[in-house]
Amino acid sequence: MIRMVAQRLLVGVFVMWGAASLIFLIVRAAPGDPATVLLGPDADRTQIEQLRESLGLDRSLGAQYVSYLGDVSRLDFGQSHRLGRPAMDAVLDRLPATIDLTLTATAVAVIVGLTLGMLAGGRPGGALDRVVSACTIALQSFPTFWIGIMLVLVFALGLGLLPSSGVGTPQHLVLPALTLAFPFIAIIARLTRTSVAETMREGYVQTARSKGLGERQVLLGHALRNSLIPVVTVVGVQVGALVGGAVIVENVFAWPGLGSLVVDAVANRDYAVVQGVTLLIAGIVVVLNLIADLLIAQLDPRIRTGAV
Amino acid sequence: MSAAGTAREHGDTKPSPTPAVDGPPLRIENLVVELPGPHGTRVRVVDGVSFDVPRATTVGLIGESGSGKTMTAQAVLGLPPERATLTGRLLWHGEDLIAAGPARRRTVRGREIAMIFQDPLAALNPTQRIGRQVGEIPRRDRLPRAEVRRRVVELLDRAGVPEPERRMRAYPHELSGGLRQRAMIALALAGRPALLLADEPTTALDVTVQSRILRLLADIQAADGLAMLLVSHDLRVVSHVAQRVVVMYAGRVCEHGPARDVLRRPAHPYTAALVRSVPAVRTRTALADPLPGAPATPANRPAGCAFHPRCPLVRARCRDEVPEVREVASGRWSACHAAEEVLGS
Repeated sequence: MIRMVAQRLLVGVFVMWGAASLIFLIVRAAPGDPATVLLGPDADRTQIEQLRESLGLDRSLGAQYVSYLGDVSRLDFGQSHRLGRPAMDAVLDRLPATIDLTLTATAVAVIVGLTLGMLAGGRPGGALDRVVSACTIALQSFPTFWIGIMLVLVFALGLGLLPSSGVGTPQHLVLPALTLAFPFIAIIARLTRTSVAETMREGYVQTARSKGLGERQVLLGHALRNSLIPVVTVVGVQVGALVGGAVIVENVFAWPGLGSLVVDAVANRDYAVVQGVTLLIAGIVVVLNLIADLLIAQLDPRIRTGAV
Repeated sequence: MSAAGTAREHGDTKPSPTPAVDGPPLRIENLVVELPGPHGTRVRVVDGVSFDVPRATTVGLIGESGSGKTMTAQAVLGLPPERATLTGRLLWHGEDLIAAGPARRRTVRGREIAMIFQDPLAALNPTQRIGRQVGEIPRRDRLPRAEVRRRVVELLDRAGVPEPERRMRAYPHELSGGLRQRAMIALALAGRPALLLADEPTTALDVTVQSRILRLLADIQAADGLAMLLVSHDLRVVSHVAQRVVVMYAGRVCEHGPARDVLRRPAHPYTAALVRSVPAVRTRTALADPLPGAPATPANRPAGCAFHPRCPLVRARCRDEVPEVREVASGRWSACHAAEEVLGS
């Protein structure tokens, strides 16, 4: 168990390093550089050269990379030249809003998705199964921003029930969280459905039936725990993707989280902020996957004791 | 409700030490199981099967794969494959289980009729401790925890699991194949059933463990006066524990009768061929004589007697007239037009 955690953490370090290197290259491969953007179109060559020098951008890519990795390993994520403050401070300021949003969306998606998936998978081919399948395919097919705009049109502009954007009250959270949750609900529901339907054909489920248990007792008492194992893995990965998805939703709803920060930073070639956000998300994904693995070990004694 | 009333009645008469006067606990009458086939057809995987499982008796149900023997057991348990249809009568102490509703069938399952499955690793829940699985029926009866625990230890001990207090805390993957099957047997006995269905209970086990599990089943059956239906493809297994034998081929009964007589002096050419195909059932020196041809399947059942393409005694009548199961000698039932000839040879 402890060995598994240590192993995962070691892998996590490599994942972070990979993420850091990739994003380092990608921001620099994008056309335009911070100095030109910062100084505007009227700046002359020498000003630009001076700024590039002070930002360290005149050095070779290799040299920049080495000093960047060195800084990161000392938990120094650089200065945001646009905001004039440490990049990670700016990122951490915006983190709580994004966490509020993604946690709410995850909670909604897990509760609704699991329930729908269980109902559908408990009786595959039944009426409920067909309704749930149709709904989840629809939910998964619509792009996030479209769902967001539709929700705003209906609930904010049409019915006037909820605010269309901004923060302040719990009501402000409803539409962005739902927008983010919808595709996730579909993923969890479909996966749970498949997993439950498969588990309901297992031998031990037949044994449970042979004890005279009803279908609901069989599902809740024997099939559910086993069918959750693949779901937990995917939820762990998908919550990471959700943080990425939040970027779009935050922009649609003017939610002051990491999303608007990173869009702004990309537009202004604010390398340190883009890199900081990316590393933070990578770190969150690593931790979430570790939590998912621990949860699975909790669900399946065979993994706990290293039998499989 | 009346269903609950009859359940209690049966419960009272279950372990009666006196011989039954009211007929066998299980009487299968003209059981037909149909599964959906290709192009909207229905395949009769069990085709008009009738036999009894008498009180305090082990009945061996023999056949090759596809003979419908497992399907028959599943029909008795009330857990046939999805989309299967059952017709005929399954008389459980005189009550037709096919006509009974699903709620009544659930009260019978586990508590009156229990099943031991073939592969204990697959049939035990990998995420629950053995004790929890064995004690599920007492627990659902809301017995106090200490009582459930006592019952589980007793059941495991009964099934020959050493150190039951320790093993009840193990997960299935932590036990050996033999111990798993013993746990499965304890699980099946937990509801104090009157009829035990055992579907190839030793097939998934090591050869060295097989005979011990069989002896255990035979001991429990004899001690509790249980009716047992032992499904197996293995003549040797059946000959060791069964008092009566039912032989099935392509979804139909070929013959049934007392185990010793049927195996010594078959009344059906298929049984005779089966006996010949198994080495050392009768003598140590007998050579195995495999059955010629491929077994008929229910989806592709020949007209007339299903066995006629492989039968050494085949005659014109066999090709188009399905033989009825009839009493061909005292206590001997066979579905062969030439049964008397087979018996005489």
